[in-house]
Amino acid sequence: MVQEVSILVGGKAGEGINSAGAIVAQLLNHSGYYTYMYYDYPSLIRGGHNFAIIRGSDRPVNIHRNFVDYVIALNQDTITQHKQRVGKRTINVFNSDVVRTEGQGISVNTILKSENAPAIMGNSAVIGAFAKASGISWDTVSDVFTRHMPKGADINLKVAKRGYDQVNTINTIKSIGSRRFSVLTGNEAIGIGLVAGGLTVYVSYPMTPSSSLLHFLAENTKKFGITVIHPENEISVILMALGFAYAGGRAAIGTSGGGFCLMTEGLSLAGMAEIPIILVVSQRTGPSTGLPTYTAQSDLHFILNAGQGEFPRFVVAPGDVQQAYYWSAVAMDVAWRYQVPACILADKTLSEGTFSIETEKISQAKFADLPLWDGKTPYFRYADTESGISPLAYPGTNGAVVKVNSYAHDKSGITAEESGIITQMTRKRMKKATVLADAMESYDTINIEGSSEAKTVLICWGSVLNTCREVALELNLKVIQPIVLSPFPVIRMNQALQGIKRKIVVEENVTGQLSALLRFNGITSDAMVLHYDGRPLTPDMLLNRLKEVGV
Amino acid sequence: MNGRQLITDAQNTWCPGCGNFTIQHTLKTILSEMEKEGTNLDDVVILSGIGCHAKIADYLNINSFYAIHGRAIPVASGIKCANKNLKVICCVGDGDAYAEGLDHLIFAAKRNIDITVIVHNNRVYGLTTGQYTPTSPLGFKGKSTPLGTLEYPLNPLELMLASGATYIARGYTRKMDLLKTLIRGAINHKGFAFIDVLQICATFFNMTDYYNAQIYELPTYDRSNASIACEKVKEWDYNNKAPISLGLFYQRTAPTFDEQFQHQMSVKSERYPIVKEFLALRQ
Repeated sequence: MVQEVSILVGGKAGEGINSAGAIVAQLLNHSGYYTYMYYDYPSLIRGGHNFAIIRGSDRPVNIHRNFVDYVIALNQDTITQHKQRVGKRTINVFNSDVVRTEGQGISVNTILKSENAPAIMGNSAVIGAFAKASGISWDTVSDVFTRHMPKGADINLKVAKRGYDQVNTINTIKSIGSRRFSVLTGNEAIGIGLVAGGLTVYVSYPMTPSSSLLHFLAENTKKFGITVIHPENEISVILMALGFAYAGGRAAIGTSGGGFCLMTEGLSLAGMAEIPIILVVSQRTGPSTGLPTYTAQSDLHFILNAGQGEFPRFVVAPGDVQQAYYWSAVAMDVAWRYQVPACILADKTLSEGTFSIETEKISQAKFADLPLWDGKTPYFRYADTESGISPLAYPGTNGAVVKVNSYAHDKSGITAEESGIITQMTRKRMKKATVLADAMESYDTINIEGSSEAKTVLICWGSVLNTCREVALELNLKVIQPIVLSPFPVIRMNQALQGIKRKIVVEENVTGQLSALLRFNGITSDAMVLHYDGRPLTPDMLLNRLKEVGV
Repeated sequence: MNGRQLITDAQNTWCPGCGNFTIQHTLKTILSEMEKEGTNLDDVVILSGIGCHAKIADYLNINSFYAIHGRAIPVASGIKCANKNLKVICCVGDGDAYAEGLDHLIFAAKRNIDITVIVHNNRVYGLTTGQYTPTSPLGFKGKSTPLGTLEYPLNPLELMLASGATYIARGYTRKMDLLKTLIRGAINHKGFAFIDVLQICATFFNMTDYYNAQIYELPTYDRSNASIACEKVKEWDYNNKAPISLGLFYQRTAPTFDEQFQHQMSVKSERYPIVKEFLALRQ
């Protein structure tokens, strides 16, 4: 039998719901569970209703379900707004100063007063109460607080202990093992993937849901051996990064759709000047400002087509933290090996969700040697070669005049308008697309999961993988997730689809963007499940939606 | 040993009489001198935006980044942060620096990043055949404003003073010796160096007679005195007829962005142990 538990933590913005949820996730982690946390918050700093759903299971889970076993309520909204998630066996643990409901209430104010603790520590009191109500040992609580609270673990523990002592154990979340996973967000997985790929500088202007990557890398510059710059706007972000890369520094940049709009002229420059650049674009609900703190998969075609003119680009959309880590490192390698822009396309669900990763199972990307100038022959930045890849030299290299250019140019990088040169250099750039597509044949660009015999397949991309994976398990379906979206792995995709009778594309947008991309590559889908309310499509929702299309 | 051949084979397409020739010649002379003094010219990078001025990237046989309109300055900033040993010279137009990329100019000054910005200020868009720029005088009749502009020009020197530039100068292409001194001073200056160069556009806005009648060289004063500098930069507002002072208005020393940035940098080559260490912390 599957051992599983879900906990909802809710309160006002400013009450530390995200960190409370992270502590609850660690309590489950320290009890041997795989964990996932969804964090839902409106775009404001104080007030509103924030909540996190933490799910623990004895098998990997990367998405939340509707039903919750425990509700930890710091405000009344947490009780009133989630009635559809609770049942008879749901146990409420709440701050009785502000919440009226059935269950295990504690007076947070009284506890804070007696420990002379600030209001922000109130959530420690209810976490303590939750731990006792769910039969989690005090040793586990103490261990988690000590390891995972950046500051004030001692006083928080005192507050938690008072909460712990005031309630009774109702229903035990039993410890299922001593194994602990590493718990991290999707953005953190992307961050360490970039670090593994040799990142030297991360340049970014804050924009949800990419900002937590900026913050994470900025906090860890010393530890990771990198630097972080936050310039005046996204235009400067990409141009500064291109300057870095021209001088030999491995630069990555990060933003969301709106910031990416401003970066498109720089992207096109990277294409023409053949400068390696890594972009992390985390999607949120658009158009325009849209829903800043909610999710979407509506920028696929924008990313695939952004920038004037034609140039090769690498686009990868990881679905979970393992993929995020591995493919971020690969993106770094690809950008430098082929001197092309490489985009890591994420979404809010992946970026800001918290996941368990099995350290021993993560794949490490292999890095090729860069095609550096040999120093013997005269240097031409855009020397035409069989692969279209020109040897690299950086300014400051003796004997090399390194000229890069946004204009059409000859092999030395000087502006050219002659038709012969234009044709040759256009072909040179596009040869890299072919070479890149060929090289990608040796990568697992298409992820295939679920039942190997199934004739019905759910085709998805990005974080929707996690929902499809779970539903496929329940309904005995197959899942196919193209991870690399440019160059599109059409050969592998067709291989994966052999013997399939019914293709259902599942994605979080209103027009069916992956479906259109498949069609462009000669693959027609039989049905689409499209979801676009800013909230992640959960397995419960997908099960219902599949009924509509006859599955 | 002979010096480097500093001019490429690219065909020069500036109009006869264009001020860009003077700036290019001046830079060429400075680069030759620097090479004689022991600078390795492979450590020099020139950037340009888009416009007539920008062709200088094609014409000078040194490392170059021919960028896009308005964006040479952020690229230059990235290059300098990546490699502090490079001398980074940014040639930009008035449309580039004062219109399309004004934010980058202000922020580069604010950061005091150690680059040299030379603005080829002909006060007209040349390559797009004659529209007004942020420094064109009120009422300028260009192709996009046939009835005359309705806005006053901005005073870039005043703006740079307010933004924190640590070297602020104005040159004129018909005063080549002074121009050379100013550019050389800017390259030697440790910090953000800004030179507004008045150059005539032989085809669309020939101000030679006007400039010749108005210019004079700044007298001696304490160049680190911002109040005096402010008074001097305000003397001519790029609009009304007034004496136009040329020379170095202001200079001070201050910590540079790139220098402090380098102090923060701690490159670690072995990355997997770092990743593993991080993952262990999250258990």
